[in-house]
Amino acid sequence: MAEVKRYKTKPLECWQKAKEIRIQHYKDVWSAKENGKILLTGGEYSFLPLPAGLGGFEFLGGEPYGATIGTDPILSVECAEATETRNFARDMCSYMRLYWGSMFLDKSPWGKFIKPDLCLTWHLCESHGKWYQRVSEHFGIPTFAIEIPLRPDEGRRESHVKYLVAQLEESIEWMKKQTGRDYDDEKLIEAVTNEINATALWAKCCEFNKAIPAPLDLKSMFSLYIVNSLIRYKKEAVDFYRALYDEVQDRVNNQIAALATERCRLYHDAEPIWHFLQLFRYAEKYGAVCSASFYVFLVGTAFEADKNGSWVAAKTLDERGLKLKTRADALQVLAESYIDRPGLQGWQITRKVADSVRIAQEWRCDGALLHFNRGCEGLSAGLSEVRLAMKKAGIPTMSYESNMVDPREFSASQIIDALEAFLESMNLTKLEA
Amino acid sequence: MQKFPLATERHRYAQEWKARTGCKIMGYFCTYVPEEIVYAAGILPVRVLGSHEPQDLAEPHIFSMFCPFCRDCLAEGLRGNYDYLDGISHAQSCLHIRQSFESWQMHIPRAYSHYLFMPANLQSPSAQTCLEEELLEFKNTLEKWIGTPITAKALNESVEVYNLNRRLLRQLYELRKGDPPAISGAETMRITLASQFMDKKEHNQILQQLLQELAHSPRKIAPGPRVMVLGSENDDTELVELTESLGANVVIDDHCTGSRYFWNEVIPPSPSMGEGKGEGEHTDKILQAIASRYINRPPCPQKDLRDRRRFTHILKLAEEYKIQAAMLIQQKFCDPHELDIPPLQELFTRKGIPNIFLEVDVTTPVGQFRTRIEAFLETMQLELA
Ligand code: SF4
Ligand code: SF4
Repeated sequence: MAEVKRYKTKPLECWQKAKEIRIQHYKDVWSAKENGKILLTGGEYSFLPLPAGLGGFEFLGGEPYGATIGTDPILSVECAEATETRNFARDMCSYMRLYWGSMFLDKSPWGKFIKPDLCLTWHLCESHGKWYQRVSEHFGIPTFAIEIPLRPDEGRRESHVKYLVAQLEESIEWMKKQTGRDYDDEKLIEAVTNEINATALWAKCCEFNKAIPAPLDLKSMFSLYIVNSLIRYKKEAVDFYRALYDEVQDRVNNQIAALATERCRLYHDAEPIWHFLQLFRYAEKYGAVCSASFYVFLVGTAFEADKNGSWVAAKTLDERGLKLKTRADALQVLAESYIDRPGLQGWQITRKVADSVRIAQEWRCDGALLHFNRGCEGLSAGLSEVRLAMKKAGIPTMSYESNMVDPREFSASQIIDALEAFLESMNLTKLEA
Repeated sequence: MQKFPLATERHRYAQEWKARTGCKIMGYFCTYVPEEIVYAAGILPVRVLGSHEPQDLAEPHIFSMFCPFCRDCLAEGLRGNYDYLDGISHAQSCLHIRQSFESWQMHIPRAYSHYLFMPANLQSPSAQTCLEEELLEFKNTLEKWIGTPITAKALNESVEVYNLNRRLLRQLYELRKGDPPAISGAETMRITLASQFMDKKEHNQILQQLLQELAHSPRKIAPGPRVMVLGSENDDTELVELTESLGANVVIDDHCTGSRYFWNEVIPPSPSMGEGKGEGEHTDKILQAIASRYINRPPCPQKDLRDRRRFTHILKLAEEYKIQAAMLIQQKFCDPHELDIPPLQELFTRKGIPNIFLEVDVTTPVGQFRTRIEAFLETMQLELA
C-alpha cells in the first residue's frame, strides 16, 4: 500500500468550552423560573436578542432540544410515540415530534419538562409557526411568530426588510404587553451586537475549512455551532467564537488537521443522525473528512453571498465601522442579517441547488454525502435536485435515507455498507489503524 | 345547456381556448396566486393539477416523503401534458408544492416564470404592505413579458369578472344548505374545479344558466347525513362520489380546490377614491384591494400561525351548513394539514361532530375507503338516532 501522508493533529481546545456552555445553558433554562427569569420557547432561529430588552430571560430552542433528546434513542422513541398516539403523523418534523412528546409526557433528559411563559418563534418551514401554536395551546400561553421572507431573485428586497422589521417591532410591543415589563433598548442593542458578531465570527471559522488539510471536521463543528444555536445574543458567545477563531487560524497556519490522514474531502447535507455520529468515523478510516455542509453553514452562521454567489463570512460590526445606537438601528441590522443569509434563502430550491454545488467546489470537496432526512422536510426539500446537480458537476455523490432523531427509521449496517462501497468507488481503501 | 368540462378534460379545454383566442396561458401552482392580475393581462390562468396516474416521473426530482400531489403536478409537466403553458407562477404556500414549481423552472422552462412571496404571517398588519409590493412586482414582470401595460381599467374589469364568479359559486353553495340539498357535493366539486382552469367569463355564463335551472328544478337528492369534507388539496371527485353513493350528502368543504378558492371577494376601492387621481394611484388602490382579499380569505393551515382563524371559519361553516359529520382528508405527507388535522379532530369531537380521517395518495383506494366510510356512516347514524 502506498504511503499515506500524515498531517499534524491535536484536539480542539475550545471543544470542552462548547460542551460546558451547552450543559450550563440547559441548567439555566431548567432553573429560569426559580431564578425569576422569563422563559421563552421557539424555533432555533427565533430572534433571540428581542427578549433581552425585557431583562432576565432564558430561551428553549426547539430544534437543539429535539436533537438533544435525539442522542438518547430510548427517550426519542418514547417521545415520538407519545406524539403519535395523539394522532400526529410520523413523517412530520422529528425534532418537533420529540419536543411535543417530551411536553406531553412531562419528561425531559433533566426531569420534568418546563412550562414556558411565552412562545416566540421564527417561521420559515411549514412547522415553525405551527409547532409553537400547539405548545401555546398545551400550556395555555401566548404565541407569536415572526416570518422570514424569501426573496425570489438575487439581491435584497426592501419591502421584505420592512416586513421583517415591522414584525420585530410588533413582537416587542406584544412581549411588553404579555409580561408587563418595561423594555430596555440598550439591552436589545447589546444583544443584537453580540449576535451579529458571534454569527460572523463563526462564519469566518467555517471559511477556514477551505484550507487543506481541513482544520475542523463536521463532527466537531456540530459541537461548536451549538453555542450560537443557544446563546448567540450573549457576550459569552462572542468571546467563545473569538477564541475559536484564533485557534482555528493557528491550525490553518500550522497545517494542523482535523484528520491526520486526510486524503479525501466530503460535503455533507442535511442534518446528521444525532445518535449515530460514528458514521463520520467510518469515513475517516478511509482518510475521508467531512469538511463542508450547507446545513452547518446555515446554523448560527452569518454568511453572505458575494456578487458571484460565493458564500463569504459577514463582517462584524467593528469591521463595518458600525455602532448601533437606537432600537431602529438594531432591528434594521438584525433583519438585514437574516434576509441576506444565503443559507436561509436556500429554502428556495434553485438557490440551494446552485449553492450546494458551489460550496462543495469552493471548500474543495471530492465527493458528497446527502442525507435524505425523513425527519426534516425543510432541509430535505430540494435534495433530489442537489443530487442531480452534483452528478452533473462531476462530484461523486452518495445518498442515504434515514431520520435525524427517530431511530425507528435507521439502519446502521445499510448506511455503513453504502458508505464503504461509495468510498471504494472513489478508489479509497481502508487505512491501517 | 353547455356543460362544464371535467378536470380530466382540462388540457383539451385549454388548448382549444388558446386556438380560439390566440392568447397566452399561465399555469399557477397555488390558489394564493392573484389570478385577477394575470387575467387583466389577457392571459388565462389555469391551476396546475396532477393526473392521478401512479407512474412517478417526479421520483428523481422530489424526495418520496413529499406529498403525492406536488409530485403528481411535476410528473404531469414532465409528461408534456402542459406543453401549451406559456408561463408559470407560484405564490408561497408550502415547501412541497414549491419544489414542484422550482423543478418546473429547472426542467420544463417556460418563457415566463414568477415566484411571488405570499406572506404566511397574515395576522401581522405588516403583511398587507408587503403583499402589495409583491403584487406590484408581479404586475410589472407581466407587463414586461407581454409588452403592454396592464391598465387600472383592465384590472377593474378583471376583478369584476372574478368577483362575479365568486358570487355565483357562493350562490351555488347556498343551494346545499337545504335539506336535502338542491345539488350534490360531487357536482358542485366538478363545477368549482372547472373554475380553476376555465376562462371565468365562460364559467360565469354556464354557471348563471345552471343556477337559473336549479332554481326551478333542483336535483333530486335523497336526504342523508350532512357531511363536511376538509383538508389537503383534493381534486379527485371519486371520494365525494363514493360518500354520496353511500347515502350521505356532502354539503360543504374547506379545501383550496373548493370553498377556500372563491369564498371572499375583492372589495373594490370606491370610485371616488380614484377621482382626479392618476393611473398609478388607481392601480395602487386596486392592488391594495386585491392584496386585502388574499390576506382575508379563509386561510390555509400555513397562513394561520397564531390564533386559529381557520378553525373559527370551519366551525361557522359547520353551523351554517348544519353538518352532522366531518371527513378529514389528507394527502399523504402533507405537512400543513398533518399539523392541523389532529387539533381539528379534537375540536370536532368536543363539539359532538363525528369525524373520520382518510389519507389519500395519487390514487384513491376506493375499495378500502368504501368499507371505512360505510362503517363510519352507520355508526354515526346510530349515534344520531
Ligand atoms: S426545517 Fe426541518 S428541523 Fe426545522 S422545523 Fe422544519 S422540518 Fe423541523
Ligand atoms: S398543502 Fe399539502 S397537499 Fe397541498 S401542496 Fe402542500 S403538502 Fe401538498
